[in-house]
Order: sequence, then C-alpha cells, then structure tokens
Amino acid sequence: MASLGSIRRSFAPWADPKAKPYIRFENVTKRFSDFVAVDDLSLSIYEREFFALLGASGCGKTTLLRMLAGFEQPTSGRILLDGQDLRGVPPYRRPVNMMFQSYALFPHMTVEANIAFGLKQDRMPKAEIAERVRQMLKLVKLEPFAKRKPHQLSGGQRQRVALARSLAKRPKVLLLDEPLGALDKKLREETQFELMDLQHDLGLTFVVVTHDQEEAMTMADRIAIMDKGRVLQVATPAEIYEAPASRFVADFIGSINIFEGSLVKESAGMTEIRDTSGADFRVAAPARAAPGDLVWLAIRPEKMRVSRERPPEAENALNGEVWDIAYLGDMTIYNVKLDDGRIVKASMINSMRRLEDALTWHDRAWISFPADAGVVLAE
Amino acid sequence: MAGTWGRFNITALVLGFAFLYLPILLLVIYSFNESRLVTVWAGFSTRWYVSLFSNRGLMDAAWVTARVAFISATVATVLGTMAAVALTRYTRFRGRLLFSGMVFAPLVMPEVITGLSLLLLFVAIGFDRGFMTVTLAHITFSMCFVAVVVQSRLVSFDRSLEEAAMDLGATPLRAFFQVTLPIILPAVISGWMLAFTLSLDDLVIASFTSGPGATTLPMKIYSQVRLGVTPEINAVCTILIGIVTLGVIAASVVNKRREVRRQREERLAFAG
Repeated sequence: MASLGSIRRSFAPWADPKAKPYIRFENVTKRFSDFVAVDDLSLSIYEREFFALLGASGCGKTTLLRMLAGFEQPTSGRILLDGQDLRGVPPYRRPVNMMFQSYALFPHMTVEANIAFGLKQDRMPKAEIAERVRQMLKLVKLEPFAKRKPHQLSGGQRQRVALARSLAKRPKVLLLDEPLGALDKKLREETQFELMDLQHDLGLTFVVVTHDQEEAMTMADRIAIMDKGRVLQVATPAEIYEAPASRFVADFIGSINIFEGSLVKESAGMTEIRDTSGADFRVAAPARAAPGDLVWLAIRPEKMRVSRERPPEAENALNGEVWDIAYLGDMTIYNVKLDDGRIVKASMINSMRRLEDALTWHDRAWISFPADAGVVLAE
Repeated sequence: MAGTWGRFNITALVLGFAFLYLPILLLVIYSFNESRLVTVWAGFSTRWYVSLFSNRGLMDAAWVTARVAFISATVATVLGTMAAVALTRYTRFRGRLLFSGMVFAPLVMPEVITGLSLLLLFVAIGFDRGFMTVTLAHITFSMCFVAVVVQSRLVSFDRSLEEAAMDLGATPLRAFFQVTLPIILPAVISGWMLAFTLSLDDLVIASFTSGPGATTLPMKIYSQVRLGVTPEINAVCTILIGIVTLGVIAASVVNKRREVRRQREERLAFAG
C-alpha cells in the first residue's frame, strides 16, 4: 500500500514492534473531585520523538503533561519513564524539564541567572555553569542579552530564554506547554522550524501540548488527538489528515465535507454509499461496516473539483449552485449549495493568473471527486 | 485647568487637611514652647527636647517600645507570611474558610478583648508579666495584619514560577526562598512596617499584658498625661511623628525609584 501523504519518514519507532517506548502512560486516570480530566488513557512515546498532544482547551492535554512533569499525581494508572515508575517521584527529581506556557521566567533574575538556576540546584561547579550558560545563550542567539531582566525583553526573546532555561540541564525529555502560543503569527512560523531543528540536533524527546493544529502538523512526528480526557487517534500528521479514525478527528483537523449515508455494498476494495439525499458514491476505501449500516463519507475540500460541466472521468459528482467564493490568493474556496440545501466546500489552487469563463456567484456548477479522495467512517 | 481649582474644591481640601493635621500641628508647635504650661505660648525653645533626654523614665520606655516593636514585628512577619502562604496555597483542605476567617478575626476584634484574653492566658499558665508577654501579645495581634498584606500579594503571584523552580530541581523550600520570597519581598517588608507601627502605638493590649519594668512609651505617656500634660510629652510625640513620617516617606521614595527604574529599563529594552 502506498504511504499516506507525500512525506516518507525513516524515523518510525512506533511501527517497530521491537522498539521500547520511552514514556508510557498505562491506564492513567486523573480526577479533580467530580471532573475527569484524563480518562483511562494509555499512550506510548518513543525516544527522540517529537510528540504533540492536540486538542481543544479542557481536553486534558495539559493535565497529562503536568502529570509527566510531576505537578499532578494520577488518580489511578501509572506513568513509566525509561522503564521507571514515576509514582511518588517529585518534580525536582524527574529527568524531565518543562517550558511553561507563561514562560514563568524569574522576574528578579537576569537572563543568565534564569538559565543557571537549574544548574545551581544541582550544585554544578561555577566554571561549568558559566560555560553551559554561554552555550545555551549561543544556542538561542541571546548572547547580547545575558544581563537583561525578563521585563526588558520582547515576547520572542522571553520565549527563547524559557527554552534555554529548560534545556540547560540537558533533560532526557522536554515538555512544552503551548510553546508558541504567545508569539505572533510570523514569529511562530519561524520558531516552529527552529524548535524542530533543535530537537533533531540535540536528539531529545519533545512532548508538546498545543491547541493549534497547524503547529502540531508542522512540528510533530506523531500527534495524539485528545477529547474529554481520551485519546481519539495517535498517528503521523499525514495519517491523521488523510485517514482520520473518526468523525471528530476528521472534523477537528482542517476542514472537511461529511456526507451521511448508508453502506450499500463493499467489494474488491470499492465501497458504495447512498447518502441521505439519494446520491450514490463510489469510494476506494474500506468501510469497516455491514451493508445497511449508517456510515459517513469524509472528503477534504482540496480533493474536490468545481466545474461548469460534469467532468466525464469523475466517479462522483453533485450538482448545485455556487453560493460563496473566497479568494485567498493561492487558492479559492467555493461553497456550493446542493439542491437539498447542504453546503459543500471545495478549494481549488489558483495555478493560472486568469481563468476564462470563471465561475461566479449563483452559477450552476458540478462538484466532483475521484473514488480515492474520501474516507469512510463508521460509528 | 483653572476651573477645576474652584473655590469649593480649595475649601474642601483645606478643611479636610485641617481636620486631619491641625491637632498634630498644634502638638508639634507646643513642643517648642518655652512655657511649662502647655496651652500658653511663651516663645520658641528646645528645652523640652533637652530635658526629655535626661528623663530616664521616658527614655527607658522608649527603649522598651523599640525592642518590643522590632522583635514582635519580625516574628509576626515570619508567622504572618507563613499563614498567608498556607492559606493561598492549600486551597483544598477541609475547613479552610474557617481557618482563614480565624486568622483575620483579630483585625476587627476589640483590643480590650484581645488584651484581656491574653492576660487571662498568661495568668493561667503562670507566665510572669513583663517584656516577654507584651512582645508575645504584640506578635499575636499584628500577625494577622501581616497575613492580610502578604496574602493580597500572593493572590496575584504566578504559581507557575514556583513550579518552574521545582521543575528545575529546587525543593519546595528552596523554591520558596529563591523565587517566591524575593518576589513578594516588598509586601513582606510593608507587612513588617505595619506590624512595627502597630506595636509602636499600641496602648490597650500593652496595658493588659505588660508588667513591672516593661512599660512601653504609649503607656508611659498615658500615665503621665493623667498627671497633667507636660511639654516633654509633646516633644516625645513630635519625635514619634518624625520617625513615622520619615518611614513613610522613605518607603514611598524607594517604591517610586524602583518604578521609575523599571520604566526606564523597559524603554531601553524597546529601543535596543
């Protein structure tokens, strides 16, 4: 089977049955009085992996991270780090360091002193501390700012100090809580790549919590999608995007069109679905359901095509009216209203500067997609 | 701006300040009175200040007061800070509301009751009244003031700073001393100053809990006034006012300087 997405990865310890997970959550539950923040969750993270916990606020991702750091204790279940059970190990004895969402820089200390803080706790000799601090400042390109206090730095610089401070002790695992949340868009994009390079060069395991799917997709080797204290899917960004395991995941990542229907039949890798309006779809994807079952067909907007005529080669096509057009420069998004009122979204790359006979508002149009464009989701 | 300084506003301002400071001003003026009679002006003199320093009784009382204030303020600051930390940190323990109410109750408790109950306690356990008992009593009632001041600072303290310290290998105790305490220090210092001032001017509780040889200045002044106000008393009070005023001015200057420096540093940071 061809790999999903276009990126081939050579780093995939999760696919190797012999590989030992470095961090392991085993049936971890965390309750805050009545509220279940993390619900019977099991998860494996491998050495040198860039792992992202992605979910909306309140999904339990931060609680999971805080349990790994030692600030919260699981109500039940256990957390293993390199084979060692972390129960009862206080935060100051764990070989993990955390970069806080608020950065939590010590306001009364200079940049240098902030970075040196953890090393001083370990009673490292002075000369070594100075050397390590120098290395860290170089790593995050903040050498001229060593003597400044945090309030004299810009947001981006503070973020770097926080990063340098959490890396200074050379932890085995670095935990990052919304590391780029406080930065503006442009800086965030630059920093994403810097973090990836850093993680790769230092050979560390990164566990990052984020609510920003783009951030997770860009940086992570694997993503865990979380909702209501549970993990819904753990997979590479491409798998999550191209083969979501559930409607929630499909809907959560990117935008998607979902057609509800019933399974007609499945044979030779071809699934036939009749949707609620009576349209028939042929999809080259397994259904994992029995004929007559309720299923959902999910198709990404960029895999759909909008045209004035029905393309002769199209395996699936629907007729409707152009309802909205959003021109984004690199692409245009068409919202096509089907005759039964449903809106279908299609995005088309603007590969040519000018289009003859371009579609416009209220034109009749065909929206079509090939058989291998969609995913069938069962309940 | 002329309109804002109307006659009404000026009158209100003058009246308000007169109400607050006229009695004190009179006291200060009369402390420089030549005459032995407090209410009759007979020319400027500093003789009462000179005679004050040779008045053993008053000087002893001043020394006792200073020591009591210093020791009780220091101990109350330690205890009050600990109480404040406990109350803001451990929000989930049973009976927290009751406990926090109990810490703050002495704020509104009539001093007579505090004094009397402490007296009963000292008598019951057979504690000889004197320097120790006054100091203990002052610790008791000023501790809650410190707790209030420090707690209000701790409420806005970012807990993740402490977590970051622990994450970097500091034990909870070291995290407190290296990160939390330096940050809340201004509140702790102002708590100490509050406790010091409260102890300095306390009369009621000291009267209940003091014993022979441990007469505080307010007690001494009060007992002398009952025998008739002497200009010496005015002189003592003027000195006290001077000390308190200096303290307040010093504290606000330090605060202001720090603020100005911080703003300048921030401007520099943006320029650089």
